[in-house]
Amino acid sequence: MKLMGYRRENGTFGLRNYLLILPTSVCATNTAEKIAAQIPGAVSIPNQHGCCQIGSDLEQVERTLEGFGKNANVGAVLVIGLGCDGIQANELADRLRPTGKPVEDMTIQACGGTLKAIAKGAEIAAKMAAHLSDEVKSEGQLSDLILGMECGGSDPTSGLAANPVIGYASDKLVAAGAGSIISETTEVIGAEKILAKRFKTDAQRDKFLGMVKHCEDRAIQMGEDLRTGQPTPGNKAGGLSTIEEKSLGCMYKAGTAEFSGSLDYAEPMPQDNKGLYFMDTPGQDIESITGMAAAGANIMIFSTGRGTPTGSPIAPVIKITGNAETFVNMHDNIDLNAGTIITKGDKIADIGEKAYQMILDVANGQKTKAEIVGHRDFGIYKITGTF
Amino acid sequence: MNAAIHIDPKDNLATCLRAIKKGETIEIDGKSFTATSDIPEFHKMATANIKKGEYCYKYGQVVGEALEDLHPGDYVHTHNLASTRGRGDKVQA
Repeated sequence: MKLMGYRRENGTFGLRNYLLILPTSVCATNTAEKIAAQIPGAVSIPNQHGCCQIGSDLEQVERTLEGFGKNANVGAVLVIGLGCDGIQANELADRLRPTGKPVEDMTIQACGGTLKAIAKGAEIAAKMAAHLSDEVKSEGQLSDLILGMECGGSDPTSGLAANPVIGYASDKLVAAGAGSIISETTEVIGAEKILAKRFKTDAQRDKFLGMVKHCEDRAIQMGEDLRTGQPTPGNKAGGLSTIEEKSLGCMYKAGTAEFSGSLDYAEPMPQDNKGLYFMDTPGQDIESITGMAAAGANIMIFSTGRGTPTGSPIAPVIKITGNAETFVNMHDNIDLNAGTIITKGDKIADIGEKAYQMILDVANGQKTKAEIVGHRDFGIYKITGTF
Repeated sequence: MNAAIHIDPKDNLATCLRAIKKGETIEIDGKSFTATSDIPEFHKMATANIKKGEYCYKYGQVVGEALEDLHPGDYVHTHNLASTRGRGDKVQA
């Protein structure tokens, strides 16, 4: 099956062609939304940060915004700042220009206020939209795909059915040279020793185990039982009792492939060394998928037991459930039913083939339920509080 | 469809694939277990005697420790199974 998409000047491959209105800070977010609203097809992201942050915390937010601008599904970027914010619009724009895609920057203060900024932003965005409409798709390879894998609103069916199905599809893509990312450090606690055996080098293994230890230590340093927040009330209502049980189900998303390495939050996957990677993110879905999109994921697959609507502003998110009742109950949101593995004894490999085919269909333009309903969830994982 | 499954032979907890009524007897791997209380769909049943403080296993791995003595057929969830990880509440200040 041919894979058609948008080849960017830097070699990356977009499956969608978004015009992104990118606010550098919370002060520019509302104006960015108003600019995006003027131009059908443009998307903005609800950035809640980007000012009065320091060091690694500020850098993590900037790296995330940069990753969104660089994601191959984005064809053009208008960066908008307030002017006095911690992340400067012209500097962020400069970090995006090496991609070769159209990038412009502006500030609200230089425009002389909100209304003038909306007018100027809409004018720039309109030209970008015209440019994007001229771009034509070309043929890509399976190795152009970077799959982000997520699970959320999990229940015991996620570990029995939906996550093994994702693992099957991930293995097949990784074998073909694609990238694949499993994240959610919290949801590795209790399963880390099993996953650690699959890292190529001791250094990568140690980095991974260090990420898991750091995550567990955060709960311990607060003097709290992790179970006050993880598993969530819905996980528990579904039948998951402890973080270990949740993690042992989550890890099936990683299939059986060898790990090429571990990425920090929102760290780009190396284009010349794709493979299966772990990314250090929280278990909270929105912050997790945001980190993977920033790493370059151009398509995502997301398992859910209870049902969840989550989508990304810049990447298609395929939803799969292992719970046949949830597939019916949350039909607006879920693309693929793996519940028949439990109810009818269907084979993981057979549903895995379906998931793999759906990934290719969606890559070629078929819309996911999250895209049709218009879910554009975005949240950045912060390292420390704002100053 | 089986009423419940062991994912790994080492497991002392089974996952119920449908709701089980108190007093109902089900078969898992050729052995009979009678539920000592109602167990909701996809929740867990003990399939061995597990003493308070001992580990509980699913996927062949530790998923926590028993908060009380557990017996075959018991419903096992947050009320009698505690996590062993991320327990900041157990660290002395």
